[in-house]
Amino acid sequence: MNQDIPITPELIAQHGLSPEEYQKIVSILGREPNYTELGIFSVMWSEHCSYKSSRSILKNLPTTGSCVVQGPGENAGVIDIGDGLVAVFKIESHNHPSFIEPYQGAATGVGGILRDIFTMGARPVALLNSLRFGNLDNPRNRYLFEHVVAGIAGYGNCMGVPTVGGEVYFDPTYDLNPLVNAFCLGVARRENIFLGQATGIGNPVIYVGSKTGRDGIHGATMASEEFDESSAERRPTVQVGDPFTEKLLLEACLELMKQDFLVGIQDLGAAGLTCSTAEMASRGGTGIEIDIAKVPLRELGMTPYEVMLSESQERMLLVADKGKEAEVAAIFDKWDLECVTIGRVIEEKNFRICQNGRLVADIPVNALTDEAPLYVRPRQEPAYLKHVKTTPEIAEPTDYAQLLLNILSLPTISSKEYVYRQYDHMVRTDTSLLPGAGASLIRLKDSKKALALSLDGNSGYCYLDPYTGGMLAVAEAARNLVCTGAKPLAVTNCLNFGNPEKPEAMWQFERAVQGIIDACKHFDTPVTGGNVSFYNETSGEGIYPTPVIGMVGLLDDVDNRVTPWFKQTGDLIVLLGKSKAEPGGSEYLKYKTGKTIGQLPEFSLKEEKAVQALCLRAIDQQLLQSAYDLSEGGLGVALVECCLINRDAVLGASVRLDSDLRPDIFLFNESASRIVVSIKSDQLSALEKLANEHDIPLSLLGEVIPEKVTIQGLLELSLDKLDRAWRESIPGWLDSSGK
Amino acid sequence: MKFGVIVFPGSNCDHDCYHIIKHVLNHDVEFIWHKQKQLNKFDAIIIPGGFSYGDDLRPGAIARFSPIMSQVVDYANQGGLLLGICNGFQVLLEMGLLPGAMRTNHKLKFICQYVNIRVENNATPFTRDCTPKHILRIPIAHMQGNYYVDLNTLHRMQAQNQIIFRYCSAEGKIDEAFNPNGSLDNIASISNAKGNVLGMMPHPERCTEDILNSTDGRLIFESIINWLTQRKSAAGNC
Repeated sequence: MNQDIPITPELIAQHGLSPEEYQKIVSILGREPNYTELGIFSVMWSEHCSYKSSRSILKNLPTTGSCVVQGPGENAGVIDIGDGLVAVFKIESHNHPSFIEPYQGAATGVGGILRDIFTMGARPVALLNSLRFGNLDNPRNRYLFEHVVAGIAGYGNCMGVPTVGGEVYFDPTYDLNPLVNAFCLGVARRENIFLGQATGIGNPVIYVGSKTGRDGIHGATMASEEFDESSAERRPTVQVGDPFTEKLLLEACLELMKQDFLVGIQDLGAAGLTCSTAEMASRGGTGIEIDIAKVPLRELGMTPYEVMLSESQERMLLVADKGKEAEVAAIFDKWDLECVTIGRVIEEKNFRICQNGRLVADIPVNALTDEAPLYVRPRQEPAYLKHVKTTPEIAEPTDYAQLLLNILSLPTISSKEYVYRQYDHMVRTDTSLLPGAGASLIRLKDSKKALALSLDGNSGYCYLDPYTGGMLAVAEAARNLVCTGAKPLAVTNCLNFGNPEKPEAMWQFERAVQGIIDACKHFDTPVTGGNVSFYNETSGEGIYPTPVIGMVGLLDDVDNRVTPWFKQTGDLIVLLGKSKAEPGGSEYLKYKTGKTIGQLPEFSLKEEKAVQALCLRAIDQQLLQSAYDLSEGGLGVALVECCLINRDAVLGASVRLDSDLRPDIFLFNESASRIVVSIKSDQLSALEKLANEHDIPLSLLGEVIPEKVTIQGLLELSLDKLDRAWRESIPGWLDSSGK
Repeated sequence: MKFGVIVFPGSNCDHDCYHIIKHVLNHDVEFIWHKQKQLNKFDAIIIPGGFSYGDDLRPGAIARFSPIMSQVVDYANQGGLLLGICNGFQVLLEMGLLPGAMRTNHKLKFICQYVNIRVENNATPFTRDCTPKHILRIPIAHMQGNYYVDLNTLHRMQAQNQIIFRYCSAEGKIDEAFNPNGSLDNIASISNAKGNVLGMMPHPERCTEDILNSTDGRLIFESIINWLTQRKSAAGNC
């Protein structure tokens, strides 16, 4: 075997392996690894691929339920949605690459999650993304924001998969560490699901898609390190996306999957050929032998090390029935794609790499997957929590009209039209709720059903109280779905945290995940997969803990969907749920004090579930004209959004604040478990009766009127003025770079 | 009556066009693979939107060299109905079946949104069911929809009623304020002089069902169907 490059302690450290981990490798192999093998171990044992710090905590997530067809461990989760159909979905982070090269980093994040979905046999039908940046007053953040959005657009649009929703937040905690989390949903027939398994001894292992180049080598290792000033030098570890090739790959793979000779299939993502080969063999309980001299290359003189660790995009590995190589090749030839048999499935459970007959690596498969290190990292409650839990007193504002306009124009709260206008959100003609409206709805053409999708997370809440923040993320995602009339079914999560080797970050992780566990159990929404992104730290400073929940729900009859905007003058506006004096953690308090601070609102899973049950019952009885969940910016912002979201038919609101709370607190605090609805004026008693049955307080706020928003005794603003504050905020930041 | 939808590598509105014709309007439709050399008999052919050949070089620049395209040119020259939507419009320009070219949107960004367009000529096979100055609410989704042509050609096209749709306000007012992409003279769609080849940037196939916020796109497909039906019955009478 190739022992040309001596393995030194420095080389081991450069590969991100600890001396203990290296000793473990030596004992598994019964010898020193060679350079190629060291590279293979380093990526497979990286945090990104092995989940070595998180596995011990993630194992407590609820992952089973009546709808779950495939839980964690495959390329994506799968749930049953009736009529013989399944929904396939997952979320993944591409934070580190997006910081180094925002356009390509974000684009390849989208490319990766799309492959995860069609690898399973599903046609991708919707993309969403959760984005977080530092404040827009910093030119670097504007650059990252604009290029990340353009990268997502460039990839998704070309693929012909609509980008239908998501979330965008701005906070200084993301100044040097933006978050780019991409979610994809696909739909398939249940019997057509494919898994990433290599079975059938002697079956060919076939490489399809783009040629392999030197891009992205050690991307997975990069994603498992903190950043510093020199991180920009890591630009070569970011892959370059080619959505056109991926579109061909998608169509070719779906065509292949209609045949009966495909055994298993897996995309080449993080750690490229290494990870896909090892995982397929591991899941199949087999071994794989490949000849890397056969791998199509786009650069001369690539070493085995480089070929195995390349993260070139738009590649797949598949196992087909022996003897069917020509049929497989014919399909990829139709789509002008490379298709080469590079190896075969072997009985011996080893991962064996040859080059023109010469053995270059030979590793037991289990050593790379099941035997990867597992750490129960020390955890410690961070000291800052002692200083942030007291909610500061703030003076009551004098000019409520100006206050409302200012809050509406906070970039986190303002309209994200600038973003979603760049995404093709209508291709495939299934988008039943246009972006900007909380949840997304994708109709299923062959039935009356629709899938409801939502991405949610509030890192400010998680910073102040990760356990409650984790629960609230699940609760809000579910509430968003329920507002359309959909029943929440299952969850995928993207857990963005700091350095797990720091006990404080690990404590935040453990608490936030516990919150997700408890909430998912309560709502009966199992977690079918997800992604952990650690080391979101630059120059020693970690981000706020940021779990993002992607939830999928089902609406039985899309014609009964409820939308968030007000429908008709004279309708009554009603608030479901309790408002309390608890502005801690709110955007309003942050606006006033410049800090993420305070005691989070009280939260009860039981009450949340009751509010959601009430909303679903009311929709079922066709009582609601509109429904919208209250989140950042509280009631004040939700009311204005209900007026403005449907740009073609804006309506106003006349509201009385019948409350003991101080008006600014009532308007902008973020008490949990609340939904604002509008109803026809003769339906109030029916809704009151339902609310009583669910033990949920209901308050009549006012009515829908034309042209303006008035809050009795406090403010009166034209819709025009509100619309400008809300809609033009983000474009304003980007147009005048000197601002 | 049979429609054909051409599929290039990178086409992505092919299935949407197929869906509306087959499942919404209940007519026959077939995909035409770009590597085919022989074109079957069709009553109307659609070049759908998407990113043929990944928009490499320029949108539509490579698609015109696909094997099927020489037959498509013959088909159009013989008077066959040919509708290019979005990338399909760009392909028609690159083929020279329609005059002019597309530049990148004036704000240099991809734009996906509903717009209003006004029917400037309702005497074509594609617009015969529209009233004069009919306003359609219809989505656009493109990066290069900023139409340009030299002034002499523009004047000739205007004289020959080849401007079919223009971007306008909800009330039908034509003004730069309602021009989403900087297109010359607010042009959203043009036809050839004979009127059998039409290119349009907006996507009629995306607004044909109530659930999709507008059904105005049906008018274009229904115009084609009704025009073909009338032509057939006229042919049968003589």
